[in-house]
Amino acid sequence: MKFSNRFKKPSIMPGFGLSLGFTVFYLSLIVLLPLSGLFIKTASLSFHQFWQVITSARVMASYRLTFGTALIAAFINSIFGLIVSWVLARYQFPGKKIIDAMVDLPFALPTAVAGIALTAIYTKNGWLGQYLEPMGIHVAFTSTGIVIALIFVGLPFVVRTIEPVLQEFDAEIEEAAASLGASRWQVFTKIIFPHIFPAFLTGFSLAFARGLGEYGSVIFIAGNMPMKSEIIPVQIVIKLEQYDYAGATAIALVMLIISFILLLIINLLQKWSSVSQGKM
Amino acid sequence: MKILLIAIAMSFVAIFLLLPLFVVFAEAFKQGLHAYFAAFEDADALHAIKLTIIIALIAVPLNMVFGIAASWAITRFNFMGKSLLLTLIDLPFSVSPVIAGLIYVLLYGKNSPVGGFLLAHNIQIIFAMPGMVMATIFVTFPFVARELIPLMQDQGSDEEEASILLGASPFYTFFKITLPNIKWGLLYGVLLCNARAMGEFGAVSVVSGRIRGLTTTVPLHVQILHDEYNFVAAFAIASILSILALVTLAIKSMIEWRFKDRGGRKA
Repeated sequence: MKFSNRFKKPSIMPGFGLSLGFTVFYLSLIVLLPLSGLFIKTASLSFHQFWQVITSARVMASYRLTFGTALIAAFINSIFGLIVSWVLARYQFPGKKIIDAMVDLPFALPTAVAGIALTAIYTKNGWLGQYLEPMGIHVAFTSTGIVIALIFVGLPFVVRTIEPVLQEFDAEIEEAAASLGASRWQVFTKIIFPHIFPAFLTGFSLAFARGLGEYGSVIFIAGNMPMKSEIIPVQIVIKLEQYDYAGATAIALVMLIISFILLLIINLLQKWSSVSQGKM
Repeated sequence: MKILLIAIAMSFVAIFLLLPLFVVFAEAFKQGLHAYFAAFEDADALHAIKLTIIIALIAVPLNMVFGIAASWAITRFNFMGKSLLLTLIDLPFSVSPVIAGLIYVLLYGKNSPVGGFLLAHNIQIIFAMPGMVMATIFVTFPFVARELIPLMQDQGSDEEEASILLGASPFYTFFKITLPNIKWGLLYGVLLCNARAMGEFGAVSVVSGRIRGLTTTVPLHVQILHDEYNFVAAFAIASILSILALVTLAIKSMIEWRFKDRGGRKA
């Protein structure tokens, strides 16, 4: 078989060379080249140095905080995102169009704007903070604030992943179950939820991945105190400002590897989701 | 039960999504209209707005061309390495914006071979506009491609193949057949790309050095104002981006509505 036939299936469609060529060129320039710069820089660090940086107490506290808050926020988003998707996919009610459009707000609103708005809401004299603080619920400048910011940025990922699956779900199966005597709860737990579970997991992972890297909306409300409320991206920025490129690179590399692994998992989950829906 | 669920959903969305949006405008106008408009008379603020627009004007068209090229290559052909390509396109979504900025600083900064070479020729990339444009491109290029790929995949290549077979040139086919079919998805992708490009914070913050009046974009300028406790000005500037976000969402809703009107053809 000709090698060129093994690489690409023959087709009469024009423009393969041009489109693929430009795509690869663009990707190399924008993504691959800079990423390789990161790996090259890391290679210049000794392993001992690298280990020192990423296991220092301050950085470890950052990892715990970043992963912990992202996990909690993704979890809350999954539960409430499921409810929101459910309501949007199955019910009609006044204001539904607005809610549907607003779910995409975190995609369109700059993270910094969200950040200052959330801070204004939850500080001591803020819109909600003035009621919460006297009750002893501290949000601003604590990890709770970080979770709330991450909930904001992560919600659309969950809703936009689960909602299409719910909408395409064949009502006949549900009706069959109901006519065979299943209660509504049984129909949900035994039929609907298993069907949307891959999408549910995908949404959770997307929200989690986004929460790990979020910077703009968190730094205003976080307090950024070393060992207590510093997230990983803040650590990287601090090291950069001190011109500690090696340190910044080391921390970034760990996060990058974790992001790659998450990306892989998400892709696999999405494949599983398509298969279970019968799309493949 | 149904009412309970709707109530929970609406309250959640109201508290976590709507309230912050409302607060942006409430805080911006807290000291009245005069103070609101005064924020826009500041030279640094105007420069930030100009810089943001210029960056978007460069990044968005480039990303649009990329998006079209990539979706064409991916949806109209079968070749080895397609999944790798798709993964690379999705990469910026899973990388923290700060890391995106970092890798550009590493590549083009003073201490790297490439950066040193460029500086010797007086071309400054980091802490200057070119670096900011590139970091913005990195963070926003997936938007158009991700919007077009499922759309073009769904539509299939039948019409274009027919056109080629009937003797049309590739460009004629593209402009008369492909483009009209994807125009709404393309518009939405471009809008999202633009909103994100204008609002990008983390990556640009790292790359720009945040030199006030020189290399601050609107989001960075908002941060500077906020840090100086100049809240009304910060929220006033922030409100422009919020309006942009609302316009983006409104156009998106209109696009979806129009599609539902056209016999249910999926957007």
